[in-house]
Parts: sequence; C-alpha cells; structure tokens
Amino acid sequence: MTTTAVKPATMASALQRALRDAMAEDPTVHVLGEDVGTLGGVFRITDGLAAEFGDERCTDTPLAEAGILGTAVGMAMYGLRPVVEMQFDAFAYPSFEQLISHVAKMRNRTRGAMPLPITVRVPYGGGIGGVEHHSDSSEAYYMATAGLHVVTPATVDDAYGMLRAAIASDDPVVFLEPKRLYWSKAQWSPDEPAAVEPIGRAVVRRRGTSATLITYGPSVPVCLEAAEAARAEGWDLEVVDLRSLVPFDDETVAASVRRTGRAVVVHESTGFGGPGGEIAARVTERCFHHLEAPVLRVAGFDIPYPPPMLEKHHLPGVDRVLDAVARLQWETES
Amino acid sequence: MKKSSTSVQELPGAAVRRPTPPPAWQPRTDPAPLLPDPEPFRVLGTPAAAGADPALLLRLYTELVRGRRYNTQATALTKQGRLAVYPSSTGQEACEVAAALVLEDRDWLFPSYRDTLAAVARGLDPVQALTLLRGDWHTGYDPHEHRVAPLSTPLATQLPHAVGLAHAARLKGDDVVALALVGDGGTSEGDFHEALNFAAVWRAPVVFLVQNNGFAISVPLAKQSAAPSLAHKAVGYGMPGRLVDGNDAIAVHTVLAEAVDRARRGEGPTLVEAVTYRMDAHTNADDATRYREDAEVQAWRAHDPVKLMERELLERGVLDEDGVRKAAEGAEAMAARLRERMNADPELDPMDLFTHVYAEQTTQLAEQAALLRAELEASADPASGDAGSTGGEAAGERR
Ligand SMILES: Cc1ncc(C[n+]2csc(CCOP(=O)(O)OP(=O)(O)O)c2C)c(N)n1
Repeated sequence: MTTTAVKPATMASALQRALRDAMAEDPTVHVLGEDVGTLGGVFRITDGLAAEFGDERCTDTPLAEAGILGTAVGMAMYGLRPVVEMQFDAFAYPSFEQLISHVAKMRNRTRGAMPLPITVRVPYGGGIGGVEHHSDSSEAYYMATAGLHVVTPATVDDAYGMLRAAIASDDPVVFLEPKRLYWSKAQWSPDEPAAVEPIGRAVVRRRGTSATLITYGPSVPVCLEAAEAARAEGWDLEVVDLRSLVPFDDETVAASVRRTGRAVVVHESTGFGGPGGEIAARVTERCFHHLEAPVLRVAGFDIPYPPPMLEKHHLPGVDRVLDAVARLQWETES
Repeated sequence: MKKSSTSVQELPGAAVRRPTPPPAWQPRTDPAPLLPDPEPFRVLGTPAAAGADPALLLRLYTELVRGRRYNTQATALTKQGRLAVYPSSTGQEACEVAAALVLEDRDWLFPSYRDTLAAVARGLDPVQALTLLRGDWHTGYDPHEHRVAPLSTPLATQLPHAVGLAHAARLKGDDVVALALVGDGGTSEGDFHEALNFAAVWRAPVVFLVQNNGFAISVPLAKQSAAPSLAHKAVGYGMPGRLVDGNDAIAVHTVLAEAVDRARRGEGPTLVEAVTYRMDAHTNADDATRYREDAEVQAWRAHDPVKLMERELLERGVLDEDGVRKAAEGAEAMAARLRERMNADPELDPMDLFTHVYAEQTTQLAEQAALLRAELEASADPASGDAGSTGGEAAGERR
C-alpha cells in the first residue's frame, strides 16, 4: 500500500492530513475524543474534520477517557474504525482498564472472531514546558500489554504514513505522537511521496560505523544532532529510528549493531523498567559476539516528570548522548 | 452557625455592589417523568397478569424451568471438577430469561460474568457459553453469531461497549438495540457512570438492566450505595429509571420491552433496576453464611421466580400439571445432554496460544511459537526420554 500525498509542512499538519484522507477514503473511520470537534483538538490535529465530515464522524465526547475508549470498543464491534484522541499522555490513564482488559484482548479471547481496529492517538513526552501530567512518556506501559501495537513517528513523513497504516490496521494501535515534534518541519526525503507501509519496520536514519544509537520518537532528532556533533571527535555514529516498539524490528537493529559493534539506547522515558532495558537485552542476546562494549542506556531520570523549569535537566540531550558514546571506550584507530 | 462579624456592605468605604444575576437557570429536562415509582413494578398476582400474552407466558415459563435446571447442573459440574467455577444465577432466572427474550435477533446482549443463562436463553450453545468458566478458552463462541458480547469479568466495563455498539448501529441506520446487564456492585464502578452519561448524551439505543441481588460478593447494597434506589441514578443522567420486581418474569419482560421500544424509537436509553436475590453463594467457591442470615434466604424462597410463574399459570389455566411435567422433562433432558457433553475432555491446541494475538504474527511471537512447538514435539517423541517415563526419572536423567 503506497499513496501519494501533498507534502504537509509540519508533523501536526501531516497527522491532520492523514486523518482527513483516511476519513475521506473510508466512511467507517470515526474520530472521537475531548474537544476534537469545534476546537479541532488542543493541538489542532483534528481541525476541520467536524466541519468537513460532520459531528457524527468527528465527535466531541463527554470528558471521560474510559468512556471514550469503551464506546470505541462497541463501535469497532459494529464495524467502525474508531480513531480515539487522548488529550495528553497522563490523562489516558483512566482508560487503561478498557485498553488492557478489552482493547488488547478482544481478538485473542474471541479466537479472532472480534478484532478491534482501534487507533488510540496519544500526544506524549516532554520538552514543551507543560505542567504536571502533560509530559509523561507512557510507552513502557503500552509495550507491556500483549495485543497492542505501539508506534511513534519521528518525522513528518512518518507522521502521515504511519497514522494511515495505524488506521488501516485490523489490530489496535497505540499511536504515540511526540508532542514536541508537532511543529517540526519536514526535513527528510522532502521530494518523495510519504510512504504508507505496514507497521513494524525500523529505519536507519543515518549511516555510520563507530556505534549505533537506537532511538525513537522525540529522541530521534537529538540523536541525529549528537551524531553530527560527534563527527568532530572522529566518531561516525549510526542512528536507528525504531518507529515501532511493538512489534519490534530485531533484524534492522541487530544488523546495525553487528556492523558497528557498539550500541546506545536513547529515550526520554524513565530508564528503570523502561523500554531501554528490553531493547538492550534483545541486542545483547542477538549481538553478543559482535559487541565490543556493553549496551548503554541514556534515559530520563527515574523520577516523576519534573516541573517545566527543570525538565531540561531531565531530558536526555546531545551531551548526555555523547558522554555515553565516550563511555563505550573503543580502542582508537591510532 | 457562627455569624461573620462584618458583611461586605458594612465595610467602611466599600461601595455596595450587587452582582448582576446570571441568566435564569432552567433544568434541561423535567426530572419528574424520569423518576422511578417508589414500589417495584409487579404483574404476577395482580389483575394486570390477565392481559399478558399466553404464548409469551409459556415461553417465559419454559425458559425459567430450563434456566433453574441449568444453574443446578452447572453448579454440580463444578463439584465434579468439570467446570472451574460457576457463578449461579439461581433466584435471578426471571431477569436472565426476560433479558434474552425481549430482544430481536438483530439486537445485542452484553452480559456480565454471572449471565451465562441469559446467553443460553438467547440461543447460545450451552457448552460454548461455559467455555470461559470451564477454563479451556476465554470466549467459546463467535459474538456475532447470536449477537452476544463476550461474558465480561471486569465489572461494568462492558457497559460502554454496549453504548458504542448501539451508537454505531444507529449511525449506520440499523434499528438495533443493545441491552447490557450489570450487578448492584457494578453500579459503583466508574465505567457504569461513564456509560450511562455517554448513552444519555448520545441518546444511544441502549437499555441497562441492573440485577440488584442484594450483594456484591459479601457486601450488602447498603454499603454499596446511598442512593434512594439504583434506578434513581438514571435521573442524574437525564434518562428514565424504572424499578421492577426482578423475580416477576412478566414484569421484567414488560418493563424491558417498554425500554427496548423506547430505544428503538430513538428516544434514548433507560436504566432498569430489577430487585431480586441471589439464592446461592456468590460462586461455588464462596461461603455465603459468613455474610448473610439463613432467615433472609428463607424469606426470599417464598418469592421464587420459577414458582411464582408456575402458580400464576396454573391458576389461570394457561398451564396444567401435564405442562409442568413436560417442562421439567425438557429441562432434565437439557441437563443430561449438558452433563454428557461436559464430560468429554475438551481438545485444545496449545499452538492456539499464538494464533490470535495479532492479525499477523510478529517475529517475536513466531519465535516463541517455534519454541513451544519444539517442546511439544520433544515431549511427543518417545526417543526424547520425556514421554513414556515418569517426569521425575526424566528430570533425574538430565541432571
Ligand atoms: C473491576 C472488578 N473489580 C473486582 C472484581 C471482583 N468481583 C467479581 S464479582 C464481584 C462482585 C460483583 O457484585 P455485583 O456487581 O453486585 O454482581 P453480582 O455478583 O451480585 O451478580 C467482585 C467484586 C471484578 N470482577 N471486577
């Protein structure tokens, strides 16, 4: 499945465009959530959808996350493809009961008779100066739940292509939108049409030979910047953008680490019990004999997300990534 | 109450400012028609029973008798280890049966974990309906076949599903109604509230039936809710609440039929509270004597839903002793067949563990499936030393 789309300028407009195209192509696609109608969502991702498709296709719901996701389950049971918007990462928690007990399990418990093609859009992560409960990285909770796909775009192209793929998927997809990239401009492959391909493949964003930075979502631009900065030190870093946390593309990741022999996992959610531990373990299991250093993790601190004036100390930035790279302690070429 | 020493007006130099009154507040809905009657609606034993359709009465009766027998048989199967657990609905058959019979084929039933009987009365294969409780798989049937959602174990979480499905059906132009069942304890859950609120705001064609059987496991209603009745809760959402005698099958059917019609006409949801009693323990594993008096149970025996119906039909000549015997025989045959089918060991394919997690198997699951397949093949292969010998020996050899 490949579609050609007019290039949207920002990730936010790419997401909006993806929703509009999906709704126009498939009358069973319904958008629902808090403030998604008249307002167009607090991030304006659903702007114009209610005007274009009517408020039965893009519905302002009562303020109730379990209710939103729970009614979406019933809608999906009756053949619709609901796309649910959770207003912010930490406000999705009231819906976890529905997500974990029903959304993730319905296909399995009915032996395939009742798949639920639901997309749950969650703006996530920090770096936008949000107050408490507006900056959580909740991906580990979702990853721990079998039956869900968990994906997160880092580029404008992927925002379009991956959201189209998520909506088209017959399985529930938790679609994590790195909110600090909403306003990022198209910067990769600007001439090619956005590709819509099934979920599950990681991509190498930058080729390199010295070490692999394994990352996703909001940390992808950080790692690319770190890779540029590292050139001055003579390090040639490869950057892998996972794009999909579940399913996990072991092949692309392992191939990269086998080439470079060293790896650092970078993400902004907490390190303890976070995605990095899983990723490091997978890499170690597959690449042990190729590794010249332990797989390191650069993550957010193991603290509740800090207040906005302190978040810059918490979020893994370029320097922390470079420090980790230095700790890989490779023998110098000389 | 203590008076404050100075009011705003008395403060020296403060100009007396009267706030402009807000725009006149109007209740959006007249609450009076939404309020339940103080007494549960009853038909049996009243002159109103004479107006009931004899064919429907006989159907209800037959299903009640079968339902009671089903409950006792399923409970017996737990004692034989053929069923992992069974939450009996003995005493509540009138609710279960009326809920199933009031729906058209195209309608949907959303049962809670206690409502196997409603699913069976709707036409589900009794063995398939027990799959969850037997423990061989979670849902043993295709929900679309009889339009029965999977039995829901987390309380009240199925209620928003019913709302969403009914809403979707209406958007598609289908006159489908969803009926959702919940217990008295379940009404305290947040999902109950959210479902009722969504249903009322969307005017979704859905009916909520609360089976108030007095207890949530051991917790009596008085510790569950301080509402005048559970039906009163409807008023706050802007939908009618109805109270009905839950042991009176005709009354439950009548009230539900009105609510279903209302929903089908596009007039929105109704909350029905059926006042009933759970005669058995919470499940076969529960000891009900720890939290309730035998006298209370005995008092409810006089109000047995099956006996009430039987007496009414005999008195009115709709049923005779021969009919009673035939119904009992039919129920007995059903029970015998159920016993026989449940005595066969279910055939399970362990590889099914991986089949339905995702539409397309992930590489991670494919690897895990390969591991299990290898284990299964090894244990089936006598040369491996596992099969045929006792586990202990095999393990010893390996060490
Ligand atoms: C969310 C949730 N919490 C707790 C339980 C454990 N539990 C199972 S049944 C039950 C009592 C339910 O009472 P009620 O809703 O009145 O239904 P009844 O058993 O009387 O039919 C409880 C607490 C559960 N299944 N789901």
